[in-house]
Amino acid sequence: MDLELTPVERAFQEEVRAFIRTSLPADIRRKIAMEQRWNRSDIERWQKILFAKGWAVPNWPVQWGGCDWTPMQRYLFAEEGHRAAAPEVLSFNVNMVGPVIIAFGTEEQKRVFLPRIANLDFWFCQGFSEPGAGSDLASLNTRAIRQGDEYVINGQKIWTSKAHYADWMFCLVRTDPRAARKQDGITYLLIDMKTPGITRRPIITIDGQHHFNEVFFDDVRVPVSNRIGEENMGWRYAKYLLGNERGGQARVGISKRRLDRAKLMARHVPTGPGRTLWDDIRFRQKVAMLEAELKALELTQLRVITRQRSSGVGNVPDPASSILKIKGSELQQATSEIYMEVCGPLGIPFLPDYSAGKAVVDQDHSVGPEWAAGAVSNYFFWRELTIAGGSTEIQKNIVAKRVLDLGK
Amino acid sequence: MNLELSDEQRLLKDTVDRLLSQHSLADVPLFKRSWTWRRELWNQFAEMGLLGLPFDAEFGGMVGSPFETMLVMESMGRNLAVEPFLSTVLVSGGLIAHSQDRVLMDRLLPKIAEGKLMVSFAHAEPFARYDLSSVEAIAQKTSAGWRLTGSKRFVFHGQDAQSWLVSARIENVQGEIGIFLVDPAESGIKTKDYTSQDDRAVIDIRFDGVVAEARLDCRGCALPLIERIADEAAAALCADAVGAMSAAHEITVNYLKTRQQFGVAIGTFQALQHRAVEMLIAIEQARSMAIFAAFSVQQRDPKMRANGVSAAKAVVNKSARFVGQHSIQLHGGIGMTEDYCIGRYFKRLTLFEFLWGDSDYHLGRLSEAGGLNESERDPELFADDLNLLSLPD
Repeated sequence: MDLELTPVERAFQEEVRAFIRTSLPADIRRKIAMEQRWNRSDIERWQKILFAKGWAVPNWPVQWGGCDWTPMQRYLFAEEGHRAAAPEVLSFNVNMVGPVIIAFGTEEQKRVFLPRIANLDFWFCQGFSEPGAGSDLASLNTRAIRQGDEYVINGQKIWTSKAHYADWMFCLVRTDPRAARKQDGITYLLIDMKTPGITRRPIITIDGQHHFNEVFFDDVRVPVSNRIGEENMGWRYAKYLLGNERGGQARVGISKRRLDRAKLMARHVPTGPGRTLWDDIRFRQKVAMLEAELKALELTQLRVITRQRSSGVGNVPDPASSILKIKGSELQQATSEIYMEVCGPLGIPFLPDYSAGKAVVDQDHSVGPEWAAGAVSNYFFWRELTIAGGSTEIQKNIVAKRVLDLGK
Repeated sequence: MNLELSDEQRLLKDTVDRLLSQHSLADVPLFKRSWTWRRELWNQFAEMGLLGLPFDAEFGGMVGSPFETMLVMESMGRNLAVEPFLSTVLVSGGLIAHSQDRVLMDRLLPKIAEGKLMVSFAHAEPFARYDLSSVEAIAQKTSAGWRLTGSKRFVFHGQDAQSWLVSARIENVQGEIGIFLVDPAESGIKTKDYTSQDDRAVIDIRFDGVVAEARLDCRGCALPLIERIADEAAAALCADAVGAMSAAHEITVNYLKTRQQFGVAIGTFQALQHRAVEMLIAIEQARSMAIFAAFSVQQRDPKMRANGVSAAKAVVNKSARFVGQHSIQLHGGIGMTEDYCIGRYFKRLTLFEFLWGDSDYHLGRLSEAGGLNESERDPELFADDLNLLSLPD
């Protein structure tokens, strides 16, 4: 048992750190560090830089551009990116649809899609949730009827993140409404978002931003060759993918970075003549407890990674990933709460343009300051973390059933 | 980095778990015991080398790291063992082993390792709470040697020990702190025996001009040594608490599967399932921090050591309170009874919080030091924030 990085691991960490320092465009770094919203071009630019370096899709097989890294290397890579305010990889592409195509796609699908997914020539969005199928995903109703070499699709998806940027959607549709189990009549399709009959409508969230969309399908025709695997087997592929979604969601590095920022700014926020927030021991104790809990989560994640290494299961979702998702999302919310508290009344102004990364707050006017501008909006939006990707309550159901063997 | 146990560590863990589970006190309430520790078990500890676990080989030790200590302590917590492993081996043995005193090392450590000597550390005083430097007992040099006067409290296994280590200030209240070896049979000693809430033997001691056998050579003030031992003890106790929490959780989950109400096992109810999962998460966080504590006490820099242990104790304390309380809650009425085991875990977890510093103490210490502070490694990252510090008119 050793908590120090080995020399090899440390050298790798330094290599990643140095690469990010020299290659991450300053304007993107600034946006992420100040927690403004990134746009498609930010993510695309960074992904193409990573692609050129050969680090675009580390978790994929080498044959398709992967890095053959150990789970520890993958962890260090993600952690360094989080700490250095690099954008996260587009999870839909890299962690979700890519691995599903690799596992279940045809050779033709792999050849066409994988390089474009890796280089972000295709931006994928996820068509899972529907108005009547949220946490109860298998209840989805979007209907696909086979007509010759095509499926004809009618229905609606909702909460589709970044669908307004997307070129493609990986989508779950109902092909057999009469299946005995509702999980059994579902098919997994790749849908070109330019296909006639698709309408996207923005959903503006409580932070005043456009993250989510509704997507409507009106007689949308999708070639059968865009189906992944077999008809009516889509649930199996989706489950494989949901495990991938949860795995990386501890996001300790992001929480640490946000806490760093909160601590730094607290040393400068006045709380009266000659005093700053940092002088307040109550504030510092809250920060200290959060740091301690983050350290615990970091080690919990590293224990899962070490276990993966010794048991050789790199890609199989560990039920512990649900625990990491629950605690990780809670701590991300807690750090957004601390940052909001640091800003306090300075966060009162609603400045949607700042949050959207569009405009810099005018320092000559009495709104701002800029470092506080997004604090409250971000706090609002990060409530999403315990809802999306399998809500905290769903995760607890999973752990109760799969780890504690309860409820049978 | 490797967070898995080595083969040797796994073997140690399995052996200790097997022994202690055979002697588990989960179902042995205090009123059924006529002893404060078990000679037979202590002898087996000695045979397995556990009583010299952290000592150097020249003293009959196993040169174990705090990770090995963690495994033993976790097993003790899991099986509610009350033997004075912490007080004799880790605390008293640790004080001697980390001192500069070759004479006392040669004389005492082999005896401890063989199971022939129990030693308790008498340090806490009535008004000290968790402040390690609050020592008012005085040691005065006389022609008969050092004479001690003062009061000590919460001396675990003091009644079982053949020797005590006692902290006192040299000559007067402003003096530096020294540690003295005292024979409990000396004259001038008054003790009060009692049992802790979690079934352990404790005494309070009043010294009135008691002659000490020797002063432990610490090259000056003993406070840094005491601080180190306090951190090591807190780290070890974190593992004890993790063991107790895991056992309490297993017992509770098992109860949820067997207890029937409304015609079904109560473990089918989502509210109870979620509570059980929250307990599991709290335990996983605590387990990680017990590992972090064992790692931190190996740090040479006392500040890093203290910060790591304080972060760990704060998290494990929080988990211990949560898991203890809800182990009772999920059991319902049966959890309130003296006969049933879950209450004993609850009580051990509760007292754990007070031992070597509660959460307020440790968070206070950690935040005074500025936090874990491994961060802030890239100040450039927030340069724009700093440039924009100007506040609105």
